[in-house]
Amino acid sequence: MSIGLITLIVLGLAVLGFILGRQRALSAVGGDPRTLHSLPGYYGWSVFLFTAVPALLLLVTWAFVQPTALNSHVAGMIPAADVASYGSTQLVMADVRRIADGLDAVARNAGLDETGLAALRADLTDMRGRLAEVGVALGSNVAPSVLEAAKEYRSLSGTLRLGMALAVLLAALAGLGFALWRIDPRQRARNLVEQFTLVLLAGCSLIAVATTFGIVASLVVESVHFFKLYDFRDFFFSLTWSPRFGGGSELGLWPLVWGTLYVSFIALLVSVPVGLMAAIYLSEYAGKKVRAFAKPAIEILAGIPTIVYGLFALITVGPFLRDWFAQPMGLGSSSSSVMTAGLVMGIMLIPFVSSLSDDIINAVPQSMRDGSFGLGATRSETVKQVILPAALPGIVGAILLAASRAIGETMIVVMGAGAAAKLDVNPFEAMTTVTVKIVSQLTGDTEFASPETLVAFALGLTLFCFTLALNVVALVIVRKYREQYE
Amino acid sequence: MTDATSQTGRSGAQPRKSLHVTDARTRRRNAAEARFRFYGAAAIAVSILALVILLTSVLGNGLGAFRQTFITMPVALDATVLDKSGTGDIEVMKKVTTIGYAKVIEKALATALAEKGIATDGLTAKQISGLLSQEAAANLRNQVLADPALVGQTVDVKLLANGRVDGFFKGRVTMDSAKLDSNISPEQLELALKMREAGLMSLSFNPGFLFGGDASELRPEAAGLGVAILGSAYMMLIVLVLALPIGVAASIYLEEFAPKNKWTDLIEVNISNLAAVPSIVFGILGLAIFINFMGLPQSAPIVGGLVLTLMTLPTIIIATRAALKAVPPSIRDAALGVGASKMQAITHHVLPLAMPGILTGTIIGLAQALGETAPLLLIGMVAFVREFPDAPPEGFFDPASALPVQVYNFTQRADPAFVERASGAIIVLLVFLLLMNAVAILLRRRFERRW
Repeated sequence: MSIGLITLIVLGLAVLGFILGRQRALSAVGGDPRTLHSLPGYYGWSVFLFTAVPALLLLVTWAFVQPTALNSHVAGMIPAADVASYGSTQLVMADVRRIADGLDAVARNAGLDETGLAALRADLTDMRGRLAEVGVALGSNVAPSVLEAAKEYRSLSGTLRLGMALAVLLAALAGLGFALWRIDPRQRARNLVEQFTLVLLAGCSLIAVATTFGIVASLVVESVHFFKLYDFRDFFFSLTWSPRFGGGSELGLWPLVWGTLYVSFIALLVSVPVGLMAAIYLSEYAGKKVRAFAKPAIEILAGIPTIVYGLFALITVGPFLRDWFAQPMGLGSSSSSVMTAGLVMGIMLIPFVSSLSDDIINAVPQSMRDGSFGLGATRSETVKQVILPAALPGIVGAILLAASRAIGETMIVVMGAGAAAKLDVNPFEAMTTVTVKIVSQLTGDTEFASPETLVAFALGLTLFCFTLALNVVALVIVRKYREQYE
Repeated sequence: MTDATSQTGRSGAQPRKSLHVTDARTRRRNAAEARFRFYGAAAIAVSILALVILLTSVLGNGLGAFRQTFITMPVALDATVLDKSGTGDIEVMKKVTTIGYAKVIEKALATALAEKGIATDGLTAKQISGLLSQEAAANLRNQVLADPALVGQTVDVKLLANGRVDGFFKGRVTMDSAKLDSNISPEQLELALKMREAGLMSLSFNPGFLFGGDASELRPEAAGLGVAILGSAYMMLIVLVLALPIGVAASIYLEEFAPKNKWTDLIEVNISNLAAVPSIVFGILGLAIFINFMGLPQSAPIVGGLVLTLMTLPTIIIATRAALKAVPPSIRDAALGVGASKMQAITHHVLPLAMPGILTGTIIGLAQALGETAPLLLIGMVAFVREFPDAPPEGFFDPASALPVQVYNFTQRADPAFVERASGAIIVLLVFLLLMNAVAILLRRRFERRW
């Protein structure tokens, strides 16, 4: 039974529970709802919640725990010698799972039943060939212990799946029975339902915390794996990045950080003056008509997905910069360059900077403007000498937020900046960033045991810490500044 | 008194002689003012110009993808080749591969050319059939297998032309570039021109681009967005079903019930930080937790949907809280005053009034999620997927693509024809985004209340 079907059955039971609960409450008082403590619907809802919520929680927990439990059980079946020939437990288990998935297809292909499948032996049949026939390609021949493990995995996961379905349905039925049994005209059903709902609401608000926890946990755990395989000093202090999947890679962080900062710097160089001036013009100078036209137009830029900017960099800006600037100036012949990515990212950040600055400029009290005008200052003098200094902390916060966006941006740099890790100052040279390397190390067929793949998690952790620090500092600055005027 | 201040105020400067003559300092200040104003206007102009260039570049490159060169001709579906048993048994007919159909098409093309009196001197049969897409035979086979009664008849069919021929009519391929191209020769293009004059070949709307699956690197003319659009739709469905209830529930708790203490503070800081976490980090989360740890399949819409849900949650929570805050306290007080419980006041009165705002925020969150690419790259959605996923819920676990990822996928291929496809896919994506935002604006206009 698939998870979707189980969920549907549980929900069906819950709806049934609602109807039964309501009826039972009504019949207990002979159809006169006035003698009930709560409205009859609340008795129905109490049964609904007791049926659905515990069962679905059990389902989710089971789905989380089963793979881990199964893996550790099956991994214990494979002798250390076979694990060593694969390189690591993770790699063996990846093969075991693939063989287990392929066994069904093999059975169908060869017309085997369960006993025939159980009798398959790796030392007698060419399992690799048979699996390849059904579309499961393996990197090496199947060791007997691995085949046994795969069989165990397959049968156990089938049993566990059935067990899950039974357990969840039992939980739903038990909840249904329990809640129905408790129904009584004096039961405070409304309070019960409201308490239950409140707990559910609070639980939902915890998902955000769980997400952060999941992010940090996955980054840290895999980074620890990486640093076990690769010396952290080489990662943090080496100046070369040249991953080789055959081994002997150099995975220095600095070329990537340099590329990231360089691209972000150019992006800020474009977006901060343009965004800031646009915000100033819109809030201090523009008439109603201009405002009504220009503001939404700039906001459209914010709604365009980054992949569109990436394509723009790839097919328009990159070739343009190469043909009109880089080649005539003798600075290179690459259409993907720091300049391309930085320029396009700058355009992307214009609305971000301008809407943040707009809020901040509008938060400066009108009295300060009036005071400045009263002393005879022109508009630009007011802006430069009164409004900007007053809004400065907020603007710094906005710039930091924009910087954090620029550092974490992926698609524009993947398509515009290139893939060569270099420490160079020529902006028309292709360079690469942290995010580009995360993508390139983790896409395609990857085995999660080599430092070349795991390095992506260490890069992710670096990126996460970087942007988090920028955000926290920016938020603190913005908050402090807001309190000044409110 | 005023005299005295004006004198000291401009110590050292020449006293002003007349109100009608602007002095040097005023001129300078006015010039600075005009300059500053110009910078502002220039900044606006630069942003709008960037938008215009961006859109024209995408539209200019992409509109061509919606039109495709087709060869329209009568094809005699020879029963002796296509249905060897002569019984019309579909299982037997399935044994005829695309090679058999290619021969039928080749013959039909030669007949059609002869009929129109187009000379094909100096071109081999292979070169002539090279004008057709390699996908044409497969398309014809599907057509016949869908309607076996066609066998034995002569039917008018519309077949895809080769990508290079298509590029020639769209101006991407020229006679000069064809000389250097191993896939097409200038002679073949001459023939294509003649065929166009004879009405055998024409550019027309290409439904395959919107509804067909992806095609291999060598057949750009057959590549379509069907799987990507369906995959994106599945993911949006998952995001909507998960993120809306969870987001609303979390916002109600934080806005209406949560006590002000350190714990709720932590949750709030958490949510605002999550909104600013780079999207690629969510991709790493999806890879590590959903795929490696939970063992969900790669490239599946369920994983993409879950990752995008987590990404969209902060947006929805922030919008929902703003909408709840905008409902005036008098509504709550009135409900409580007539004896409603706090929960009833919120679910019966506050929430319905906040609904337009919540929905607007949700749609904007969904639009963001629809355009998101980076996290999907990490969970394997870049894989080449031709087959359509099944109907939900099983289809949520089938491999699928997504619109923005398909764009990226197209750009990674060598044939320049894919640039047109990528831009065309962007147009489709932008149209969806435009529709969603239009709905959001309409909702806001129609239902927004000022209290």
